[in-house]
Amino acid sequence: MFNVNLVKAKKWAIEHQIKVGNFFSAKDFVSVSQAHMMVDPESIGEAGVIFLENLVKMGACVSVPTITDPRGVDLNYYKPLGQTEEMANIDRRTIDACTSMGILMTNTCVNYQTIMPPVFGDHVAYGDTGVVIYSNSVCGARSNFEGGPSALAAGLTGRTPRYGLHLDENRIPTKRFHLQYQPKDLTDWGILGAIVGKQSGSYWEVPIIEGLKVIPNSDEMKHLGAAMASYGSTPLFHIDKITPEAINIKLDEFDFIEVKIIEKTDFDALKSSFGHKSDKVDVVVFAAPQLSIVEMQKVADLCNKNTFKVPVIVCTSPQVYADASRMGIIKKIESSGAKVLEGTCFYNQYAREIGEANGWKRLLSNSTKIVNILGGYGYEPLLANMETCINSAITGELV
Amino acid sequence: MNKIFKCHPGIGSKVEGIVLCANDNFSARYDLDRINGTFSRPQHKLFGKNYKDKILVLNESKGGVASAWMLYEMKMRNVVPKAILFNKANTILAQGAALANLSMCDRFENGDITSLLKTGDTVIVNPIEGYVKVI
Repeated sequence: MFNVNLVKAKKWAIEHQIKVGNFFSAKDFVSVSQAHMMVDPESIGEAGVIFLENLVKMGACVSVPTITDPRGVDLNYYKPLGQTEEMANIDRRTIDACTSMGILMTNTCVNYQTIMPPVFGDHVAYGDTGVVIYSNSVCGARSNFEGGPSALAAGLTGRTPRYGLHLDENRIPTKRFHLQYQPKDLTDWGILGAIVGKQSGSYWEVPIIEGLKVIPNSDEMKHLGAAMASYGSTPLFHIDKITPEAINIKLDEFDFIEVKIIEKTDFDALKSSFGHKSDKVDVVVFAAPQLSIVEMQKVADLCNKNTFKVPVIVCTSPQVYADASRMGIIKKIESSGAKVLEGTCFYNQYAREIGEANGWKRLLSNSTKIVNILGGYGYEPLLANMETCINSAITGELV
Repeated sequence: MNKIFKCHPGIGSKVEGIVLCANDNFSARYDLDRINGTFSRPQHKLFGKNYKDKILVLNESKGGVASAWMLYEMKMRNVVPKAILFNKANTILAQGAALANLSMCDRFENGDITSLLKTGDTVIVNPIEGYVKVI
């Protein structure tokens, strides 16, 4: 079955892909134009680094552009967070191994805003659920959730097993939702994603959202998708008359699917499970997904020389960081005492250990995704919009 | 008489162990304290339970891509379930099982596997032939 001349690393990659492909009854492979790999040190640990280093020793080299998800350590700022040298060293070794394989250390989960967005019909092998759902839904690209090992295998072989979202039949709506309340801010878009994701509840369901009266911008789509993927493991959604594949969906052909109504009370119910007015706040985090340049500007404007009672952490991509730095946005944010981290995302940078080291339990964020994740890391997360987060950082309690 | 539940051919080798079961979903990132080998999300139905060497039986996999690396990392430290059975696995958990060579099966013909099995059952999981046998 295998070409004996393939180097060992590619042999590993193909064997891995065949195992996964057989599990999902894939009939063949499909070529991919890009791979995007999640490879943060908390997830891969010492074992994962050794795995990567062994691939390097075998002569592994990617054959299609392969980029990375956020790192777990900002190597310019980790000790103040309570991160250890051991954590930083895992990250350094990971970077060395990935770089040796020709992987581009983009360190971002918003590559669709900053690097090279996929185009309609483009088959890609993306990691990061937020990246996948945005690429599938907003761009009309085709990707499954590719975990780090599988994204790496796709990078090495330039292909991926053809199953799941690479097939037309898995992209048609199976759940219908009708909105009777229009999202007002990024947090609302995240809450909508959470509601739809929870009720979809499976990787193999495809929701379509009806009744939306505005066209969401890229940041709104980003929060909608990231939360939906987080709460429901959902890799694709459609918005009636808005997202590219929805243009050709005739809803009367889906009359057999019950339409679930989403009202303001649903938004309120979800939000109320994440904190109440006057709750003490230990730390405020803007992340998950990394902030765009537009979000960074909003945070900077809100900081506006205020003094914060609790730490404020902002995570963005290296690409946005460079622009924000050039434009004075980083300086404006940090002059208030907040800290901007470059190329990381809070939840994948040893969130449990950071929380324990700093005594942070009540974490406030405007990200509906991050408050979902961090419950399992020993936090009691609180959710509010960006303005309320900043005002709460000033007072030390949820306003 | 032994009960046998057929499923789609899975990943990994034939193993025997004791079931830890709940009608809940699963993510290694969201739900586990991977150092201590316990479920750490307070809302999870298996909160506080130790999963090491168990046959973990859950409804669906959920959440992020991190679980793929995490299953491998858990396996290398030997703080890992012997097998995981789902009604439906998502791509991430299957990919993680493939890297870790962790036994995993899903899509059971007899119905909801979280109802068919109960915590404490002793089972043989055969991913190669695609069945789980209660012994």
